[in-house]
Amino acid sequence: MGKEKIKINPEFYDIMPVEYQELVEEGTYGKEDRGWKDVGESKELIEEHSLCAGCPESIAFRYVLACLPAPEDTIMVGSTGCTSLVFPHVAVHNIHSLFGNQNAVASGLKRALSYRFPDKVKDVVVLAGDGATVDIGLDMTLQSWFRQEKFTTICFDNELYANTGGQSSGLMQKGFVAKMAPAGKKFDKVNLPEIAKVSGCHYVAKMTVSKPNRVEKAIRQAILIAREVGPTYIQLYTPCILEIGKQMMEGLQEMRDSEGPNKRFEFEEYISEEAKAYLETIDPKKKKKKAITA
Amino acid sequence: MDSKSLIGTYNKKGQKIVDPDYLFFEAPRERHFMTGSEVVREAIKRANVDVSIAYPITPQSEAAAMVGDLYVEGYVGEYFRGENEFAVMSECAGASFGGARVFTTTSGPGTLRAYENFPMWVGSRLPIMLNMMVRGVNSPLSIQPDTLEIGLIIDTGMLIWHAESAQEFFDFLLKGFLVAEEPDVHLPIAVCIDGFFVSHTKDDVLIPSADFVIPPYNPYRNPMPAMDMESPPVRMMRDPFVMKSNYISYATQASWQQETRAACERSRKHTIRLLGGLIEEDNSDAEILIVSSGTAVAQGREAKRLLAEEGIKVGIVKIKTIRPFPYEEVRQATKNAKIIFVPEFNVAGWMAREIKSTIPDNHRVIAGPHVAGGMTMPPEVIVTEIKKVLAKKKETVHG
Ligand SMILES: Cc1ncc(C[n+]2csc(CCOP(=O)(O)OP(=O)(O)O)c2C)c(N)n1
Ligand code: SF4
Repeated sequence: MGKEKIKINPEFYDIMPVEYQELVEEGTYGKEDRGWKDVGESKELIEEHSLCAGCPESIAFRYVLACLPAPEDTIMVGSTGCTSLVFPHVAVHNIHSLFGNQNAVASGLKRALSYRFPDKVKDVVVLAGDGATVDIGLDMTLQSWFRQEKFTTICFDNELYANTGGQSSGLMQKGFVAKMAPAGKKFDKVNLPEIAKVSGCHYVAKMTVSKPNRVEKAIRQAILIAREVGPTYIQLYTPCILEIGKQMMEGLQEMRDSEGPNKRFEFEEYISEEAKAYLETIDPKKKKKKAITA
Repeated sequence: MDSKSLIGTYNKKGQKIVDPDYLFFEAPRERHFMTGSEVVREAIKRANVDVSIAYPITPQSEAAAMVGDLYVEGYVGEYFRGENEFAVMSECAGASFGGARVFTTTSGPGTLRAYENFPMWVGSRLPIMLNMMVRGVNSPLSIQPDTLEIGLIIDTGMLIWHAESAQEFFDFLLKGFLVAEEPDVHLPIAVCIDGFFVSHTKDDVLIPSADFVIPPYNPYRNPMPAMDMESPPVRMMRDPFVMKSNYISYATQASWQQETRAACERSRKHTIRLLGGLIEEDNSDAEILIVSSGTAVAQGREAKRLLAEEGIKVGIVKIKTIRPFPYEEVRQATKNAKIIFVPEFNVAGWMAREIKSTIPDNHRVIAGPHVAGGMTMPPEVIVTEIKKVLAKKKETVHG
C-alpha cells in the first residue's frame, strides 16, 4: 500500500504543512527494509516531542516507529504518562483513552480490525509506561495474553511514575526511595518478562535501548509473531533521567550500566516453539534453501 | 461506501439490508410473547452488529449470553467475555475506534465499575450501544430493580433513553444505533430498562422478520477518523489530548465539551422523527400529573385508572429520553398542572430533580412516591400518595 493513503491532491499541495509534504516525499511507509538506520536519513514518523531534553524515551520512541514492519497498516494504543505527550506527534493512527486500559482497548481494536479487514494485515501495537502496564493495568495486560490476543505490548520501563512526579511503581527496584515509598520500596521489581512467558506470550524480550540493532530485531520479530501466532511483549529500559537525578547526556550511560551481565536489564529473549517454527517459515535464508532442495 | 447504497444487498449472514424506515414503520410485524432478554436477542439479530463484548451480571447475563449465540450463528461478527466491566467498556472502545458497530450490556455495580469509560466514549465520539438493565448498587448487595444508576450516568454526556416496555425496548435498541451513529451526533447511547420488570417478564412484542437488517455502520460517516489506517494519519490524537497549562489548551477542552453536549442536543431531531417525540402525553391537561420514565410510568397509568374510578382526574407524561432531556416538552406538558407527582424506583429522586430544575413554579413537584432496593411500587402506593397530598392541600385551603 505504501504512501497511497497519504498522498496529497496536487490542487492542495501548496497549502499542506511542510511536515506533511515531507512525510509524503520522504516518509518510509511501504519501505520493506525500513529500520532504525532510517532515523536521520528520511522523514521520521514522529514530528517532535515534549519529553524532557535527553529523555531516553524519545530515542526509544523513534526506534520503535522506525522499526514497525508496516506503519501504513499499524495502529498504536497508548496510555496516560510521559508517552502520551509524544503520541499527538506520531504519524500512524493512535489511540489514547484512559490510564491503564491500553491492552483492553487493543483487544477490542484488533478484533474489530480482523473482522472488518479479513484479507489485510493490520498490526496493533501497545506502547505504555510501567505504571500503566504493571500496576493499574496489570489485569488487562495479563488477560489479553491469556486470551491470546494478537498484538504486541511494549512497556517503556522507567521504573517509576514519571508523569506524576516520580512515585514508586511495581517495576521500581527494591529499596529505592521515591515518592510514596518514603522508606524505600518494600518489594522486588516485578518480573513481568517471566510472568509474560507463563501467561502465554510467544515472544518476550527485555533490554535497554542502547543498542538499536537489537531493538530493531526485537520489534520486528514481536510484531510479526503477534500477527500470526499470538501475544508478544517487549520491556525496554528508558530511564527517567529527571527523577533519578541524571543529566541530559547521561541517559545512554545509565542504560549501559544497567545491561551488563547479571544486571537487571541484561538482554533476555524468549521465543515459544510455535513462534520459532513460524519465524523459520519467513526467514529469507531458510526459504531460499528450501527452494534449492525442492 | 455509503450505507444507503447497500440497501437491497445482503450481509454476510444473508440477511437483506433494508431502509431503516421500512424496517421500523412498514415491514410486516409478527406478535411474539417474550422476555426483555429475548428482545435483546431479536433486536441484535436485526442490527448488523460487528462486535459485542460481554460480562455476566444479573439481570443482564441472559441477554449477554444470547448475543453469544447470535455470534455462533453468524449474526454478530465478533464476541467474547471480557475480564471485568471496566475492561469490557475499554474493549468496546477499542472496537469502536476501529470502526465497528458495538453492542454491550451491563447493570448496577457493572455500570459503576465501568464508569470511567463513559465520558471517554463521549469525548472520543464512539457511538457504542450500551444496554443497561438497571438494578441496585451496593451496599447492601442487591440484584433487584432500582434506577439509581441512571441518575449516576446522567452527566456523562451519553444519550440516555429509558424504555418502559418490551416493545419500546425492541424499537429503542434498533433506532438507538441509527441516532447514535448520525455524523452530527456520533455519541454513545445507553438504552435503559428496569431490571427484572422488563428483562425477566414476558410481554407482547411486534417484530419484523429476521430476514431484514438495518444497514451496517459506516465508520467513515464520522466526525473523527476511524483508527484503521485507511485514512491519512493526521498528527493529532483522536481525542484532543491537551495536558498543557495554557489558554488555548483550556479553550480546546472547554469547546470540545460544549461540542459533545451540543451533539447530544442535535440528536433531538433524529430522535423525534424515529420515536415520535421525546415524551408521551396522556390527558396532560389535568391539574394532577404523574411524570416519570420507565416502568414507574406503567404503575402511574394504573394509578390513573384507579383514581378515575373515584372521580379524580390525573394525566400522565412519560419521558423517553433522559438525555437529551426534553426541557421544552416537559415545560409545555406541565404548564396547566397544579401538582406534579414523580414516582421513581430509586432513593435519590433524580427524575424529580430534573423536572424541578426544568419547570417554573417547581413547588408543584412532589418528589415521590419513591421506592428503592427492589421494593415494588403498586399503583395503590401512588394513589395513596396522591390522595394524601390532595387532602393536605384541602386542609390548608380550608384551615
Ligand atoms: C485513573 C487514573 N489514575 C491516575 C492517573 C494519574 N496518572 C497519570 S500518568 C500517571 C503515571 C504514569 O506512569 P507510567 O505508566 O509509569 O508512565 P511514565 O509517565 O512513567 O512514562 C498517573 C499515575 C490517571 N491519569 N488516571
Ligand atoms: S519525566 Fe522522566 S520519563 Fe518523563 S520525559 Fe522527563 S525524563 Fe523522560
